[in-house]
Amino acid sequence: MSFINLMQREINCKLVYYGPGLCGKTTNLQFVYEKTNPDAKGKMISLATETERTLFFDFLPLSLGEIRGFKTRFHLYTVPGQVFYDASRKLILKGVDGVVFVADSQIERAEANMESLENLRSNLGEQGYDLDKIPFVMQYNKRDLPNVATVEELRQMLNPTNVPEFEAKARVGEGVFETLKGVAKLVLTELRKGEMPGNRPGAPAAKPRV
Amino acid sequence: MNNQQMVMYEEEFNQIQVVVDRLVRDANAKVVFIVDKNGQLIAASGDIDNVDTTSLASLTAGNIAATGGIAKLLKENEFATQFHEGEKANIHIQLVGNRVILVVIFDSRSSLGLVRLRVKKATEELVTIFENLMKKVQEPGTAGGSPFSEITDEDIDNLFND
Ligand SMILES: Nc1nc2c(ncn2[C@@H]2O[C@H](COP(=O)(O)OP(=O)(O)OP(=O)(O)O)[C@@H](O)[C@H]2O)c(=O)[nH]1
Ligand SMILES: [Mg+2]
Repeated sequence: MSFINLMQREINCKLVYYGPGLCGKTTNLQFVYEKTNPDAKGKMISLATETERTLFFDFLPLSLGEIRGFKTRFHLYTVPGQVFYDASRKLILKGVDGVVFVADSQIERAEANMESLENLRSNLGEQGYDLDKIPFVMQYNKRDLPNVATVEELRQMLNPTNVPEFEAKARVGEGVFETLKGVAKLVLTELRKGEMPGNRPGAPAAKPRV
Repeated sequence: MNNQQMVMYEEEFNQIQVVVDRLVRDANAKVVFIVDKNGQLIAASGDIDNVDTTSLASLTAGNIAATGGIAKLLKENEFATQFHEGEKANIHIQLVGNRVILVVIFDSRSSLGLVRLRVKKATEELVTIFENLMKKVQEPGTAGGSPFSEITDEDIDNLFND
């Protein structure tokens, strides 16, 4: 659920990185954090276990710049990928505007990827979202490892509807910003479609102060 | 779909700001802020230059989401109020109309009793303001109303050019 503040002329959107345990969600955010100018980012918050597994979420606020005089802000979240944290994943999906699915390309993670994707679809469904209708991109991560499935195989398993897909080596940052841009574009494009509720001409209270 | 877009208009924004500004004074608080349940900061007042309101907003929303989840498991109503007492700073968290969260940070210059009292009144006012806002947001819009309806692919691309 994007949040448009007509008064402060800013728009806030929520992006969620989803995927199985250890696929590299937190690594994606860490790379974005490291490579972003200090004035365009806030603090990155990681609620993690002592072994650096995500326990509740990672959070990174980013400012991307202005569109038509509106500041665009993206709030990036990761979910905990481990199966038993499902209750937390549901909470973090609330109000989501766009989803990145980070798949672990290693052959032995094929099943974990598919389970996590199914879990994403059903958790979204519980909240009235349809994965096929919301801004959604796919990232095939860990392309640097030797034991990976081919992109064609991954596509067949995980991306039958052909949403935008990106190969990545998140540990060294390859593909990380491409993925982020990919989903951010879809979210902004979605906003263009959206009608502004209640902002009828002749409703003076609804007019933004310029 | 419950993906209702949240829009803040000038009128309600000003009304909310008045309430939080007054609450800072009346409760002798250090900082007061309002967050929606998704962690987006709506308004803040007080000594906000010395706190990271964006992080606080996200963590408070996470906290409310987690305790809300616990309440659900216990078949309990959502916990409407939370209070955490620290050595120097205390934090009082209040759900407002099940949609937004009112947070008051205060120290020994104030007291829990005073904060509770002032939060109660502020909450009543905020409930009304947000009800009106929601009504407004749900009215059908007209074409061209969105400030984003005109954006081009180029505008979007330009965002990423630095
Ligand atoms: N070789 C390789 N390792 C990676 C890559 N991306 C992430 N990793 C490593 O994979 C491990 C897990 O990464 P995280 O980012 O913590 O995984 P996560 O998806 O956040 O895991 P959870 O928090 O448990 O859900 C770390 O050791 C990363 O360094 C990559 O592209 N290649
Ligand atoms: Mg993680």
